[in-house]
Parts: sequence; structure tokens; C-alpha cells
Amino acid sequence: MIDDTIVAISTAQGIGAISIVRLSGQEAIDIVSKIFKGKDLHKVHSHTINYGHIINPDDNSIIDEVLVSVMRSPKTYTTEDIVEINCHGGPLVTQKILELLLTLGARLAEPGEFTKRAFLNKRIDLAQAESVMDLIEAKTEEALSVAVNTLDGRVSRLIKELREEILGIIATIEVNIDYPEYDDAIVMSNEILKPQIIDILQKLEHILEAAKTGKIIRDGIKTVIVGRPNVGKSSLLNRLMGEERAIVTDIAGTTRDLIEGYINIGGVVLNLIDTAGIRDTKDIVEQIGVERTKKVINEAELILLVLNNNEPLTKDDYALLELTKDKKRIIIINKIDLESRIEKDKLPFHIETSMLADEARDIIEAEIKRLFQLGDIKNKDLTYISNSRHIAKIRNAYDSLRDALQAIEEAMPVDIVEIDVKDAWMRLGEILGEEVGENLINELFSKFCLGK
Amino acid sequence: MYDIIAIGGGHAGCEAALAPARMGLKVLMITSNIKRIAHLSCNPSVGGPAKGIVVREIDALGGEMARNTDKSQIQMRLLNTGKGPGVQALRAQADKVDYPRNMQETLFKQENLTILEAMVDDLIVENNIAKGVVLENNEKIYAKAVVITTGTYLKARIMISSETRESGPDNERPSKNLSDNLRRLGFKMMRLKTGTPARVAIDSIDYSKTIIQPGDPIPHAFSYDTTVIKPVEEQLPCYLTYTTEETHRIIRENISKSSMYGAIEHIESRGPRYCPSIEDKIVRFADKPRHQIFLEPESKYIPEIYLQGLSTSLPRDVQEQFIRTIPGLENCKIVRYAYAIEYDAIDPRQLWPTLESKLVENLYFAGQVKGTSGYEEAAGQGIMAGINAALKIQGKEPLILKRNEAYIGVMIDDLVTKGITEPYRLLTSRAEYRLLLRHDNADIRLREYGYKIGLIDEERYAKFHQKLRNIHNEIDRLKSIRINPIKTINDYLETIPSSPLRESVIALELLKRPEITYEHIIHMLNEEMRLTTEESEQVEIEVKYEGYIKKMLQQVEKFTKLEEKRIPEDIDYTKIPNLANEAKQKLSQVRPLTIGQAQRISGVNPSDIAILMVYLETYRRRGRNDE
Repeated sequence: MIDDTIVAISTAQGIGAISIVRLSGQEAIDIVSKIFKGKDLHKVHSHTINYGHIINPDDNSIIDEVLVSVMRSPKTYTTEDIVEINCHGGPLVTQKILELLLTLGARLAEPGEFTKRAFLNKRIDLAQAESVMDLIEAKTEEALSVAVNTLDGRVSRLIKELREEILGIIATIEVNIDYPEYDDAIVMSNEILKPQIIDILQKLEHILEAAKTGKIIRDGIKTVIVGRPNVGKSSLLNRLMGEERAIVTDIAGTTRDLIEGYINIGGVVLNLIDTAGIRDTKDIVEQIGVERTKKVINEAELILLVLNNNEPLTKDDYALLELTKDKKRIIIINKIDLESRIEKDKLPFHIETSMLADEARDIIEAEIKRLFQLGDIKNKDLTYISNSRHIAKIRNAYDSLRDALQAIEEAMPVDIVEIDVKDAWMRLGEILGEEVGENLINELFSKFCLGK
Repeated sequence: MYDIIAIGGGHAGCEAALAPARMGLKVLMITSNIKRIAHLSCNPSVGGPAKGIVVREIDALGGEMARNTDKSQIQMRLLNTGKGPGVQALRAQADKVDYPRNMQETLFKQENLTILEAMVDDLIVENNIAKGVVLENNEKIYAKAVVITTGTYLKARIMISSETRESGPDNERPSKNLSDNLRRLGFKMMRLKTGTPARVAIDSIDYSKTIIQPGDPIPHAFSYDTTVIKPVEEQLPCYLTYTTEETHRIIRENISKSSMYGAIEHIESRGPRYCPSIEDKIVRFADKPRHQIFLEPESKYIPEIYLQGLSTSLPRDVQEQFIRTIPGLENCKIVRYAYAIEYDAIDPRQLWPTLESKLVENLYFAGQVKGTSGYEEAAGQGIMAGINAALKIQGKEPLILKRNEAYIGVMIDDLVTKGITEPYRLLTSRAEYRLLLRHDNADIRLREYGYKIGLIDEERYAKFHQKLRNIHNEIDRLKSIRINPIKTINDYLETIPSSPLRESVIALELLKRPEITYEHIIHMLNEEMRLTTEESEQVEIEVKYEGYIKKMLQQVEKFTKLEEKRIPEDIDYTKIPNLANEAKQKLSQVRPLTIGQAQRISGVNPSDIAILMVYLETYRRRGRNDE
């Protein structure tokens, strides 16, 4: 716990345009390198700021455009290697980056831990020691109350159930080992183990999927409607709102973003930003300028780009297509009831509809759900895990079980396979903060009638 | 004047007396009955999962249990052979006459060791330092250190149903005064309980109704130094039978007569969960139609069979009734009845990891008296208490085995850090680095220590080093040899069966295939076996499980860093500001030696550890400023 690498979001959440994710420890540079696209951080000079992107190592998709500061030991706050990631993509993106770092082996810093390390590594003098302890104590209380609140009862029950299931497997293996002649427990073999592990893997996968959906459902999707004047942005807005009138209001969010309205479309909340641009009859690019448009698009998580079927593509259409090309977007060709003059062959994937038609809303809803992999939300179990640390632990547990499955494929003996199964069990236990030790032994003796 | 006095001649006492004597110190063992030294008072078996590995660890350190078992065994089996190398272990049936006789012979021949038959009533303690013992007749014997290994004898009480009397095991005299005197010195005592089943006459059993359980057809030995192994043909088998519905009915009807289920008004003691009585099993697992009963031979010389699985504190007539409902035992003759035994033990958190007591310096405890169960657990602590008492007298650093080094280390750390609520038994599940704590590598883990403290002589040490060299040289060699995909090789692979080679492969890589053994490789290389079985086993394990072993070693590296962060012994936890009250109390009780140990105390949270570390750093810097 002293030599591992710790990570935390060191800016206050939800405030400020930029959030900083800070890591300290031997592996800080290694870990960040795994998700950073840009210069090789191993080779950059100490105390430099480096431009690049944070990518998802699974599919190499870009998560955020960032500046990464690398500060090498010993001239740093903690005297260890420190890496700071300046994220621009808003709180959700920052959480996602934190989650990735946790999954890759960084540990979420305990309250006051950066300062604690600074002290233990002799960076801070003795006079400050007491304040360090005060800090740890105060922050712990705060963190505890937060932790208790964030772990939803349903979530903890779900994790507990999964742990029970894994513990059952472990206990059976352990009984086979400690009481080899005891004939009442089934003899655990890889053949029996394999389907059980696959089953738990699927459940974990489901939780991870739901976690993604959960975030979207809880937080909504920051959406902007863009397009030239008179292509049908207002009709789109009205069509999306359907019966639910008057939802568009001026509610200032707690963040810098002005969320101007919420639309619930089939269980998904779209947080509309920059609705002013929609109602403006003038050429938006000209009026508010390219910079402003860029900024709005950059902030949004979903772009509804509206084009007019009845007109050929203009310079502004091309500009908007270019600006949105790396974002999640839906290109909507409106007014298909009119004669088609648009060059469809020059467009990427798009949908065609008429805002006057009733099915327009359904078509767009379906496309949003496809884009965000939401499936049929109403039929989903609404148990979501949102805490980044929890998600990272579940991912670790998932990876461990994948390793266990791999070991089964390699025909490893069952007690070797168990090493990874036990690891998964411990990772899940860390979510609940449960002690490991006696647990297993209690399970052994309550489940099996053992002894001479 | 002696260097060390060991009180008690059980499995802990034997090792606690032998180790220091072999290290050149003058030792006195005091036992209440010389004939009972190293007696196997419960089941006639030594070893088993985890426990068998402890026996090997004792051997690696230079103790006696392994060698003595090899000399006295009547059956030997390697358990968990179908599983991975981390969980295999030997178990022997030991002859109840030969085992103590052979051990006594070793003790009597041991230089520097005197054995006295007497009862110890009190300790001589001056300024919180142990100086010797006071016998029943008031005679005082002085020594530099005292090791208490009195087993279940402190205020022992035997119970059969409602009948209870003061007695040690098998009607031996209990120790009546020592535990009160320990209490007077300030020790916190607790009441524990265990039991032993009935024995029946060997010729009164109908074996045709049971299932025979023979020993292994290949010879085994616990000790790394045993060269002559008893021929497998001389092994005696065990037998398996089961309880019946009728057995359960009789027990249920008489349950109120059990001393554990109401026959005695006030039972203060707690029995171990892993040693439940048959009535306990039937009550707690009511839906189980039958329970296994193993019939184990006690000795070549005593015509008695031990009924493993039938511990009870029901009255004699009920025992007669229900035992006879078991197939094979219908007409059996009960030679000795089952009983439960209750005794005083100390809370092990009153000991340092060296097994020295925190209250009284130079006073050590080992075995059942500090809350464990089992011969192997007792012996493992006995040797550590003996070694550490000797090292202290010699003015040397103590030997504390870490959790990643030995089951003995796991056990002692558990005991002194977490305390107990029932007699403690070692299980493989208690070890977090099981794959490293194997039965095949106990010597590799511990022989170096044994040599350093003077328990392993030059000859055994040289032999051990030769073995290490052979293993490493062979692994290096296999890395440098390639095997080519020629017809003879591929034909041979097919017979194993294993898939044929398409291109040439490094021998070591081929050995990584699960179905390929070291012998196969040697055959493919057209060579003679040059390694011993033990050596080739090491080569195989190190190659095949390399990935897992490496992963575990990485975990150990992190773990060790915390174990190296020492906490001064004189720290006052109540003076640490910001520390949670529960943590203050628990830390003051256990007084952990390292941050790692502190972290394992239940009720001490990560934030407490953080505060403790900051405080220690402050403390350290202030100390330096004062100089």
C-alpha cells in the first residue's frame, strides 16, 4: 500500500472547465502510457506538458483530448513519479478516464494520501504532520458517508449474491483439498467449474453493460441539434417533445453547461444544449461563428445533424459534417416528402424521415438506442453501478475469471484455476469493504459436515 | 542451572527441548509421566493437507517429527495427487507404540538434554523475567528461559455425559495449580474443549461390511533425510464404514444426555468446529442420511481400532447402543469409551511472534496450551519456541517465519495477530501463498534457516545445496536444447498422447505442455535420468507453473515491504491523536511488530494504518532530533 500507484480526480467535481486526474507512484507513467496516444511518455522530459488523446485500449476509440504533465521523482509533491491528466470532456469523461486507470492497476487514493506520501517521503516537514493526520481523519469521515451513500442497496445485494456464488465454488474446491476423503462434497473438476465460471462471467458482463446504460439513463445524453436555417430543427425539436410540452426551460445546471431542456425519449433523457441556435433563423455558422459551433459540438455527447432533402449540400453542411465526424451523431435527412435534391451518395450513414410523419420520433429513438447500445430499457434490470472504483473492481474480477477460464483451457489443476477465482472473489469483496480471512473458513464449516 | 526448561513432553515439548539442546544449550524437559512422552493421545495419524507440510517444514528446520514418523509409520499416503503441486501433502498412520518409543529414544540419547518426571506448580518470575520453575514439592529449578507446552493438562476436566472429573487425557494427572499461577501473573486464560472417540477391539469387527483403504503402493517419507523407507507391503490398511438412520435415531433420542447438549449445566468452553462430536453433526446437518466413519489401526502391538468420526460425550450405554448400529461394528467390543476434555489455555495474542510472552520476558508458550489443536501444529510451534528461546539466550536475532515462507509462519501470525475463539487448526485455505508453500519445497524454503541457527549439519546442508544446483543447472540446460520435429519424436508424442511438433522447439517449452513430464523429455532426448525424483519434480513444477509462481512472487514482494516496516515495541497507541478508539484498543492488545501485522488485525482500518504511519514517521524524526 505504500509502493503502489494511486490516482484521484484532484479538481472539485462538476466545477470548472478542466478536470485534473493525478497519479503518483512507480507505475504512474506506465499506466498512463497504456491509454495515451501522443508522445512516448517514457521518453519525454520531466516537468513537461504533452498534448495527445486518451484512448480506450479495448477498441482504440478516442475518449478525450488531453494535456498530460509528466513529473519524475524526486522533485515532485510526493517525491514519486507524478502524472497529471488535464481532461476537457466534462465530468463523465473524467470519470471514464479514472475508471480506465483503476482497471489498469492504479488504486484510488485514500483521503489525504498524496499529502501522506509527501510527508512519509520527507517532502513535508514535521510541523505539518499533525495537519496531515487531521486531513486523513476528516476526509475519511467524509469519504465514508459518501461511500455508504453511493453503494445502492440493490447493487450491494447483487455483488453479495455473486460473491456467494463464487464462494460456493471456492469452498467446494477447498473442501476437496483439506478433506480429500470427505465424500459428501462433489469433486470439483474443470468440467464442472467451466460452466459455472462462464455463468458468473456473463453476469459480470451484464453488470458492466448495465453500468454504461445506467450512466446514460441517470445522467442523460448531452445533445445538440445542428443544421442550417430552415432545414427543420425546430420541427425536430417539437417532434421529439411529442405530447410532453413545455419541458424546454431555462434551468442552469450545476456545471458550466447550460442545460436548457430535457426530453425523455423512450426512457432515455436527452439534455439539450444550445437550443437558442435552433430557433435562430439566421445562418448559425455566420452568426455565432465557427469557434462557438465547434465548442458546442465538442461539449455534446450526441449530435443530431439535420439536412434538407430538398436542397443540394452547401458549404455549411459540409462544414458541419466535418466538425461532427468524430462524434456520436445522427445525420437526419428531413423533408423526404419533398423532391430529393441532396447528394445522398456523398453522405455517410444517415436516416431519412419527415418531421411531419408520426414515425420520425420512433426512427430517431431507435437510432439513439443503437448508437448507445441501450437495448430495450424498460425490460432491463435497473441495477446500475456508477462508481468508477466499483466499475474498475468489477472489471478486474471479470478479467480474473477470464484468466481462470484460460487456465481451464490449458488443463491446469483445479486448485491452480482457483487462484484466479479467488482473486475475482477478493476484488468483488473490496467493493463491499468486506474482510476476506475467516469468511471462507466459516463457509467451509457451515456448508460441509467436516471433522474427525 | 539450565539454559532452558520445557514444561511438558508432548509434541510441542519434544521439539522445544530438542532444538535448543542441538543448538548447544543445556535443556531440562519436565514431564508428569516419562512413559507418556510423545504420546499420540487422539488419532493415530500424522500429517494431512497443510499439516503434512508443517511436518516437512519442521524437518527442513532440523526438527524431529518427520524422521520419527518415518520410523514409526504403519501406512503412508500422498494426498491430493490429482490436484496441483500446491496442495499435495503426506499423511501417515503412526504406530502408537513405536512413535513415542522412538521419540523417547531420541530424547534420551540427546546430548545437553535432561528429562525429569515431576509436576510444575509455579514459575519463578523476577522483575517480569522468567527465572525458572517451582515443582509440586516446592523444589526450585532455575533456568534462563522457560517454555510452557502443557497441552490440554491445565485444569483439565474429562466429561462423559453428566459425569465429569478432574483428569488429563487417558486418566493422566492434570496440572491443577499452574494455570492459576499464570492468571496471577496477569495472563488472560480461556477455557477450550476437544474430544476423542471410542476405541474398539481389532478382532471384534466384521471387515467384510466395510471398504478397505490401503496405503499408497509407492513408498513415501516425510523427512528429506530418510533413506530407508518401510516396505509398502508392511503397511496396515484403514477401513471405511458409515453411520445409519438407526445410529442417528438413537443419538437424537439421547441428545439431552450429551455433556454438550444440556447434560452439564454450565459449559464455558468452546469446541473446535473441525472436530465436531457425532451429536453435533447430526443436529447441525439433520438432512444428511449418513456420516463417514474411518476405522484406523492404532498399532501393530495394541489390538485397538480408532473410530474416526465418532467423537462424543454421550454416556457409555448410549455409545454402546449407537456404535453397534454401524455396519461392521454390530458385535464390536468397546475397549475405551469416547470422552470430551476441557482445559485452560492462554489467549495467544499475549505472545510475540517469537512465541515469547509479552507479560513475562523469557517465557514462551507453544501448542495446545496457547489454543491450537493437532500434533503437527503443536510441534511446529514447539520448534519455533525452542529456537527463539535459544537464539535469545545466545544474543542473536529471533527467527520469525513469514506468511510467504511457511505454514508455521501463517499459523503463528494468525494466532498472535487475530487470536482465537476455538482451538486453531491449520487449513490450506489459511495460506494466501499456497502455491509457494508446497510440501515438495519445504527444504528450499527453510533449510537455509536451519543451517544458520545450527540445527542442520554441514553434511545435510551440502546435500541440500547439491540438490539446488542440480535443479537449476537442469532448467538452464533445458532452455538451451531444441527438440526437432522428426518422425521418432512425433511418433513418441502421439503415444503420450500429445500433438506432434511442426517445427523445432526448446525443450523447456515442450515441458510446459500439461501432458508432458520431465521423464518424457529425457526420453525424447535419448538420455538416462540423471536427477532424483525430488529434483525432477522441482524442475517440472518450476517450469509448468512458472506464470503462477511469478505472479504470486510479485504479490509477496508487495506484502514483504509492509512486513519490513517495523513498529517500535514501546509505542503507546493511546497517545496517537486521531486514531479510532477501536484501533487504539486492538493495537494496544496485539502490539504488532510491523505495519503488515497491524494491517491484519480485524477492526484496524486503512485510515488507522495511514495515521499510524504518519505518527511513526513523526516519532522517528523527533527521536533523531533529540539525539
